[in-house]
Amino acid sequence: MSDVEEETEPCGPTPSRELTQNPLKKIWMPYKNGQPEKHISQRKVCMTNCPTLIVTVGLPARGKTYISKKLTRYLNWIGVPTKEFNVGQYRRQCVKIYKSFEFFRPDNEEGLKIRKQCASAALNDVRQYLTEEGGQVAVFDATNTTRERRETITRFAEQNGFKVFFVESVCEDPDVIAENIVQVKLGSPDYTHCNTEQAVEDFMKRIKCYENSYQPLDQVLDRELSFIKIIDVGRRYLVNRVQDHIQSRIVYYLMNIHITPRSIYLCRHGESELNIKGRIGGDSGLTVRGKEFARCLAQFINEQDISDLKVWTSQMKRTIQTAEALGVPYEQWKALNEIDAGVCEELMYEEIQERYPLEFALRDQDKYRYRYPKGESYEDLVQRLEPVIMELERQENVLVICHQAVMRCLLAYFLDKSAEELPYLKCPLHTVLKLTPVAYGCKVESIFLKVVAVNTHRERPENVDVSRLPEEALLTVPSHQ
Amino acid sequence: MSAEHLALTQTLLLKIWVPWASGSSNQRRGSSRPQFTNSPTIIVMVGLPARGKTYISKKLTRYLNWIGVPTQDNQEAMKIHRACTSNALKDIANYFAKEQGQVAVFDATNTTQEKRGVIISFAKERGYKVFFIESICDDPEIIEANIMELKVSSPDYEDCDKEEALEDFLKRIECYKSTYVSLDEEKDRHLSYIKIFNVGSRYLVNRVQDHIQSRIVYYLMNIHVTPRSIYLSRHGESELNLLGRIGGDSSLSSQGKRYASALSTFIRNQAIKDLKVWTSHMKRTIQTAEALGVPYEQWKALNEIDAGVCEEMTYEEIQENYPEEFAIRDQDKYRYRYPKGESYEDMVHRLEPVIMELERQENVLVICHQAIMRCLLAYFLDKPADELPYLKCPLHTVLKLTPVAYGCKLESFYLNVKAVNTHRDKPTNVDVTRRPEEALQTVPEHV
Repeated sequence: MSDVEEETEPCGPTPSRELTQNPLKKIWMPYKNGQPEKHISQRKVCMTNCPTLIVTVGLPARGKTYISKKLTRYLNWIGVPTKEFNVGQYRRQCVKIYKSFEFFRPDNEEGLKIRKQCASAALNDVRQYLTEEGGQVAVFDATNTTRERRETITRFAEQNGFKVFFVESVCEDPDVIAENIVQVKLGSPDYTHCNTEQAVEDFMKRIKCYENSYQPLDQVLDRELSFIKIIDVGRRYLVNRVQDHIQSRIVYYLMNIHITPRSIYLCRHGESELNIKGRIGGDSGLTVRGKEFARCLAQFINEQDISDLKVWTSQMKRTIQTAEALGVPYEQWKALNEIDAGVCEELMYEEIQERYPLEFALRDQDKYRYRYPKGESYEDLVQRLEPVIMELERQENVLVICHQAVMRCLLAYFLDKSAEELPYLKCPLHTVLKLTPVAYGCKVESIFLKVVAVNTHRERPENVDVSRLPEEALLTVPSHQ
Repeated sequence: MSAEHLALTQTLLLKIWVPWASGSSNQRRGSSRPQFTNSPTIIVMVGLPARGKTYISKKLTRYLNWIGVPTQDNQEAMKIHRACTSNALKDIANYFAKEQGQVAVFDATNTTQEKRGVIISFAKERGYKVFFIESICDDPEIIEANIMELKVSSPDYEDCDKEEALEDFLKRIECYKSTYVSLDEEKDRHLSYIKIFNVGSRYLVNRVQDHIQSRIVYYLMNIHVTPRSIYLSRHGESELNLLGRIGGDSSLSSQGKRYASALSTFIRNQAIKDLKVWTSHMKRTIQTAEALGVPYEQWKALNEIDAGVCEEMTYEEIQENYPEEFAIRDQDKYRYRYPKGESYEDMVHRLEPVIMELERQENVLVICHQAIMRCLLAYFLDKPADELPYLKCPLHTVLKLTPVAYGCKLESFYLNVKAVNTHRDKPTNVDVTRRPEEALQTVPEHV
């Protein structure tokens, strides 16, 4: 090895700092004078070192808002603080009452002025979100159909040190556009005073206003920009100059989503032996009632008459037993296994309070980030469920038979629930949730299959302080054998 | 349906729950293998010479095999058959039918529409999917660099001067150009393909059909050819290492701390530009990184294999408490899952995002653990599943991997700080009936 020493700084490596394990997340970090030191070491990959501005491009009714909302939901779920800024909404706040498509005519000076102001106001809020409010990604949702407008945005981003990534949707299929209008435009605040025919007519004229000046992203003229062009709802993609990890993940996500109508069924395994004893985790079998549920589930699925249903389970006995009753092929995913409670596996809440009162209190303080000793946190679960979500996006009709914490994470993704709400979402046994994507969100139908089961939902108690009395900690524990 | 039908048993090796009465695994409804695709796929490489087709096909084959998709690179087959497409296709059919292959990469200069048509018909007849990968390059500098690195050193140009060789090869390319027909956006709109422009600055993706094609596209969009090195090392020797105990979350021993210092010196002397440092969430890797005095990123995915009920045991204790498990592990160390723990196969699955990010990055130092390092090394050096769990990754040794030509150059640096040996070779007798001494034959020494 070389022994050349050029620098004047002290030779020899930095003495190792002492490490302490953060009590909530169980992360090892250096500390000084009894306090954890601020350190750049991250728990997960540092996605990007400067904020990213995603800019949609496309004529009206091309799915820009659909993509913006979905992308925002996905990024927030995987832990990247993201917010969407819809210029149309700014316009509606400015121009209280929408009269007609004439507002969008290219020769309407007054209209143009207002639209420009709205775009500026939105960009201003973008700047605030990314620089002062801790945002990492902002999605600027507008038509942005001219090169001139996009240059303005690029300049804005450069001035503020943001990276820019364009997402363009190009579609000429009249059926897709018509369906789009039916699903999201007819119900828009702009058209509350119109009947369907009037709304459709007006909207088509609105689209016409943009068509003449539309300059799609071009692989030659715009070769220095970073973008993805989505053609015909995902039949084809043109991807140019992906700069970093987050853009790569965004591209992968956009290339996996589709709009084919379908439903996702989520349920837990049937009631298990450990469930009735009030014990968490483990790998036990179904109780008699749990088996009854499995039979009812088979019947329910048959009645639903779902085309090409895929069935997924975890690799734990109770979900597989449940799936076996269906009599159809199923796929076992290790990633769908219940949260690993580490040293608390198979304990009752009463035992956790007795043996680990501090842990129990910390968990109630921040249930999402809390990691069981030698176990996992909800935050860890989300990370391991990401490939499941990606594959759910690719698939059509799927039934996922999983577990309470896992189901909460999946549900939070589909229903856009925050990290604070996620660990308290109600996912009772013997209840199937049917999720059907509609407009910009998800319709949820809850079907209880009428087989009684124990309750496993523990609400957050009032007192989460480590100094609390055992009774206060155990206040919300559901009853069990 | 009676309750008995729901009786399950857990397989000894994989710890997978299966119906009690089921016979062969073919009768089971539950599949524990991820269903990447329901039919075999032929990947067809398209493009002029010196466009990186062989580089891409080899790399892709290596990646797919590592994530558990049996893949074969048919480049050699093409050479043998002297570009006789139909014989090469027969080889592929055989690979799919008889050898349970899932993907075959057809690497040849498939430049004409006619030749491509032959492959498409063949696939259609048999129910295979076809995915085209076209590499397009019009940057003369990149082409020249390719040629110099790979072609000019080939036997064809042994007796030539480099300049002549380059000129000759460029002429060869010109010959192909006259018949070369790129995938056409209009005419070929029904095909599934990705076009890669100028080593990845732009991609055109058409009609991705299924999961495996989606993964292939994602992978291709993340790889690059910028020169860089990846350094792999384990944490310094730990307290539990000294005691011959596996797993756990112990601190560095005094030797381990000395290694951390030595690593810091080594890294500084390597003078690496913009080095990223990654560790696991376990104390021993973080303590090691702390000595470097630079920022580092903690990845939970880099945590050591979870030995479940065997955590913190010595091999002697495992033999005593779980002799059957111990034997089954020796029978198939890659697929064996510890009770309430993981297998090497599980680890590969959780390391996939790490590999993807390593592909995106440039210079990286990964401070990890024995089993983890074996998985990562197997990816870079294209080691099969049965060799992976026995790769030698001793403590206090840095492995430097530098991509070169079609593979990876490997340099090993032992930093001269003594450490215990933690490598246990496969013993001769792996039968469950073996005696304890036979099982413990290859256990390395410890306190």
